[in-house]
Amino acid sequence: MNARQWARDLRMGAKFAVAGGREGWTRLLLTAVGVGLGVALLLLTTAIPSALAVRHQREEARLDFTYSQAHRKAADNTLLIADTDTEFRGTDVRGRLVEPEGPQAPLPPGLTKYPAPGDMVVSPALKELLGSGSAKLLRERLPYRVTGTIGESGLIGSRELAYYAGAQHLAERIDGWHVARISRFGPPERTPTEKTDPVLVLLVLVVFVVLLMPVAVFIAAAVRFGGERRDRRLAALRLVGSDGRMTRRIAAGEALAGSLLGLVFGTVFFLIGRQAAGSVEVLGISVFPSYLNPTPVLAVLVAIAVPAAAVLVTLFALRGVVIEPLGVVRTARPARRRLWWRLLLPLGGLAMLYPMIGQGRGNGDFNQYLVIGGVVLLLVGVTALLPWIVEAVVARLGAGGVAWQLAVRRLQLSSGTAARMVNGIAVAVAGAIALQMLFAGVQGDYTKQTANDLSRAQMQVNVPKDVPLSAAAGRFAGTRGVRKATALASDDFGDRPWDKGPDITSQVTIGDCAALREVASLPSCHDGDVFLVQGGEYDTDTPKLAKPGRRLYFDTSDGVDRGPEVTWTVPHGLKQARSVDDPTGVRRGGFLMTPAAVPAGMAAAVSKTVFLSLDASMPDAREYARNTAAEIDPTAVATVWASSEQSRKFTSIRTGLLVGATCVLALIGASLLVSQLEQLRERRRLLSALVAFGTRRRTLSMSVLWQTAIPIALGLLLASAVGLTLGAVLLRMTNTTVAVDWPGVLTMTGVGAGVVLAVTLLSLPPLLRLMRPEGLRTE
Amino acid sequence: MTRTAPPAGSLLAAQDLHKTYGPTTALDGAEFSIHPGEVVAVMGPSGSGKSTLLHCLAGIVTPDSGSITYDGRELATMGDAQRSALRRSEFGFVFQFGQLVPELTCVENVALPLRLNGTARKEAERTALAWMERLEVDDLARKRPGEVSGGQGQRVAVARALVTDPRVLFADEPTGALDSLNGERVMELLTEAARSAHAAVVLVTHEARVAAYSDREIVVRDGKSRDMERVV
Amino acid sequence: MSIGHTLLGLLESGPRHGYDLKRAFDEKFGHDRPLHYGQVYSTMSRLLKHGLVEVDGIEAGGGPERKRYAITEAGITDVERWLATPEKPEPYLQSALYTKVVLALLTHRDAADILDTQRSEHLRSMRILTERKRKGDLADQLICDHALFHLEADLRWLELTAARLDKLRAAVTA
Repeated sequence: MNARQWARDLRMGAKFAVAGGREGWTRLLLTAVGVGLGVALLLLTTAIPSALAVRHQREEARLDFTYSQAHRKAADNTLLIADTDTEFRGTDVRGRLVEPEGPQAPLPPGLTKYPAPGDMVVSPALKELLGSGSAKLLRERLPYRVTGTIGESGLIGSRELAYYAGAQHLAERIDGWHVARISRFGPPERTPTEKTDPVLVLLVLVVFVVLLMPVAVFIAAAVRFGGERRDRRLAALRLVGSDGRMTRRIAAGEALAGSLLGLVFGTVFFLIGRQAAGSVEVLGISVFPSYLNPTPVLAVLVAIAVPAAAVLVTLFALRGVVIEPLGVVRTARPARRRLWWRLLLPLGGLAMLYPMIGQGRGNGDFNQYLVIGGVVLLLVGVTALLPWIVEAVVARLGAGGVAWQLAVRRLQLSSGTAARMVNGIAVAVAGAIALQMLFAGVQGDYTKQTANDLSRAQMQVNVPKDVPLSAAAGRFAGTRGVRKATALASDDFGDRPWDKGPDITSQVTIGDCAALREVASLPSCHDGDVFLVQGGEYDTDTPKLAKPGRRLYFDTSDGVDRGPEVTWTVPHGLKQARSVDDPTGVRRGGFLMTPAAVPAGMAAAVSKTVFLSLDASMPDAREYARNTAAEIDPTAVATVWASSEQSRKFTSIRTGLLVGATCVLALIGASLLVSQLEQLRERRRLLSALVAFGTRRRTLSMSVLWQTAIPIALGLLLASAVGLTLGAVLLRMTNTTVAVDWPGVLTMTGVGAGVVLAVTLLSLPPLLRLMRPEGLRTE
Repeated sequence: MTRTAPPAGSLLAAQDLHKTYGPTTALDGAEFSIHPGEVVAVMGPSGSGKSTLLHCLAGIVTPDSGSITYDGRELATMGDAQRSALRRSEFGFVFQFGQLVPELTCVENVALPLRLNGTARKEAERTALAWMERLEVDDLARKRPGEVSGGQGQRVAVARALVTDPRVLFADEPTGALDSLNGERVMELLTEAARSAHAAVVLVTHEARVAAYSDREIVVRDGKSRDMERVV
Repeated sequence: MSIGHTLLGLLESGPRHGYDLKRAFDEKFGHDRPLHYGQVYSTMSRLLKHGLVEVDGIEAGGGPERKRYAITEAGITDVERWLATPEKPEPYLQSALYTKVVLALLTHRDAADILDTQRSEHLRSMRILTERKRKGDLADQLICDHALFHLEADLRWLELTAARLDKLRAAVTA
């Protein structure tokens, strides 16, 4: 058999596919759209690594390490920079105040010159946002004049909100935390070997495998759209003298035409999606279309693999089919399906994953090949097990009404077809269930720890040292949406000056009486009182220090420079207080001071925190609070206490997964519908005959429902079992408590069931039409 | 054509039936009547409307105008559900081909009308088997229609048509797909079984040798019927 | 085949001379067996005697060949009855049936009726044969089958003719 003959037959098949009239075109389009969607997803997947790499590079290039302990002198080439990141209605805004100290000061990527004090350069997305009517609050927070935009090289995503604003007098605020003096942008010289979180790698790997598996199954199903009609055409070809092999190759050629057109469609879908990707943001991540360039090798691989797979799938699918000149004979009674090799696949998958159980986050990387291999084998196991299960179960189904009997008998006769159609759904659902479990489990670990008492405060603002405590509290108390503002300053006492390093230390908390009552129960309180707190956590040294007349030293360092020496003598008549949980869930120990008791020089040297209780009914309460914080000082850090945020992020992941899985399921549902309709059309005369002798329409409709529902129910059952197993194994691998995400399981199986119902409902009108007595007319 | 009352004692009678499918006129004033236990052949060239006449008589198709009475009841006054019920319990059907459900076994096919009427599966299949015996196809009970010959399949279909003890059996070209020997055997068994069950048979055929199994014939031409007995 | 009825039928469309009748007969029905003049005259004198035809006129010169015949009311009724009476089903009927069909067309009668009547008559015979076959032994069955197939062949021919009546009418009335 030579290549030319192959080429000729394939070409002939392709011609049949194109020249099949309206019916042929519909089939070709369906195949092409199906394959195209798969190809687009594949291309996107091949583009993701490079997109992430570009993002990572850009992110590194603009790094500015404000967290530097090193003391640096002002010079020609230094820049003062303050991190003023904020959030606006749930979206992060990257903010920097910059103050170049000389002509050689480094420029961050994307900027051509520094904004003058009071001006700012913004990202296009921020510019757009500020220009819109809804961002009045953000404009108030950023009271700078917009003088330019940040170039693409300075942004990591098209929708990123970022600005650089010119500032003055930043030098005195250097704190080794948010404000620093730097001489270059980019990663530090000695890049610490950054290790990706293995759990994250695991997540990414599993997401890829889980998304791509149903796509592969779907592409395999898509090239077989309209198979029965094609079979008749092939029989006609045999009648006019083509031999069996030729016929197969011609069939493969038809599939090839569909998949080639599918490649074209896929490229178009991908390009459209790529352009659209520039204007959307998923989970706070946006990309520039230019990031989404498929890795060439992978793209070529897709372009070769998809048509090749189409040809192979067709040839493979026709292996049990004898195409005779007078019709297609499916090998009458196929050999009973054997269980053992089908079980080998999922068991093999489990075996590959087993060694990694319990490795957790801390114990190094997971073996990527084993992870991918294991997950793939488990999911492929679904497609191998399902036909066996459908056959085994259907063979045992017996008694029931006429509708049930019709459906069961039909399934018994062709359980393979039914199982094939459901395979895609089963794989998608199994993968989605496992992923949701993994997400839910891992996420649960992250959110569980916070002890913050959200009923007392929902937000905290760290105010710079030079802002008086009472002023900070007062400003917030007058802010819209703030119910209560508790301003507390904290510091430590040492038994010796801090430059020598104290031996024993104790905590001190400063605040007015109302604020102090948030951390301890006070018998009575007047300004000027000092309390000694009992019952604090980890508070062992205080009794040694709390001796009247003892001189204690304040910690006045700012993280970079040592501050002035401020001392305090323990007075007589310390009042006693009992520690209670403070808003962060901690029991403080040491001393409590009311403002009048604070020695001079100390008030300006301690860091202050304002805990805010917000009016939950006011949607923009957080924004008002952030604006007040920015007004007090642009470098004030406002933090929203998290647990609600975290769960919101988790919800969006779950939603994303649900949407993705639903799309895959809808696609598979469409292919189910196509084959269902084809089957019905073929049985037109039979349906009419059944109606003639008085079969109720309801009976026939129900039989169509059962016919889809039985295999899908089995598929979903198997998918749930495999999905839960896979999810449990993955959770064990990450050392996370195994908990079943029942809402996730129910949602996914619910969507699967919805697809069945939709397919049945959509095939009812044609069914009813086919049942009209006109079907009996022979003349 | 004048409208005449149906002959006295007729089980199923039709007067002045009209039916058009789009531009084609299938029935144009056709008449029909049959007595209990009578075998009436409906003859005529293809396209003459004989199948449409059968479909109307069986309540599968509603005529545009005219009246059909079965056992004194007017079919036009019945709803679709009632007519379906009538077809399930009082009528039986044999078609030329494509009527056996391919995935059911032969005995299940025969039992199907009984089950549609709510008979329990076991009992339905017992009755079905008895009928299959009468039509000499009981050895095929566990086979599927795809595994039996055309003549055997048609006999299975006859058994299915008679299994509910119908009062009228409608047969539309029952031997159309069979050779003469098989066709003859099917006709012999069909008429014998129908006569012994005292069922009336409406036999649509264009073959004289098949029509020879009838008691009398009606000729349909261009949508009009002619009852040869009443003419001669 | 009844020559008398055929000639009567031919006369129905108008009075004719004897030789005209012969020519018309030969042209339409007597392709392989033309009538002799003698047959025409003896038949006509028999019809005259029964009052089914009458002499419409005699041309100068006398002799039987100069007589012009016309059909009487009784003659028309006789043709009518003849056409409506099916032929006894027996082999090789076609010449008689064909004659009837053509005459019906010539006289603007419904030829389809003739076919229906004939089919009915054939079926009557076939029912008897079928019944006999059912009760008889193999020999009976084979004999009956022979007759049944012949009758069926007649009927098929009839059906075919019926399907072509329009063409035939155009041909014979041309």
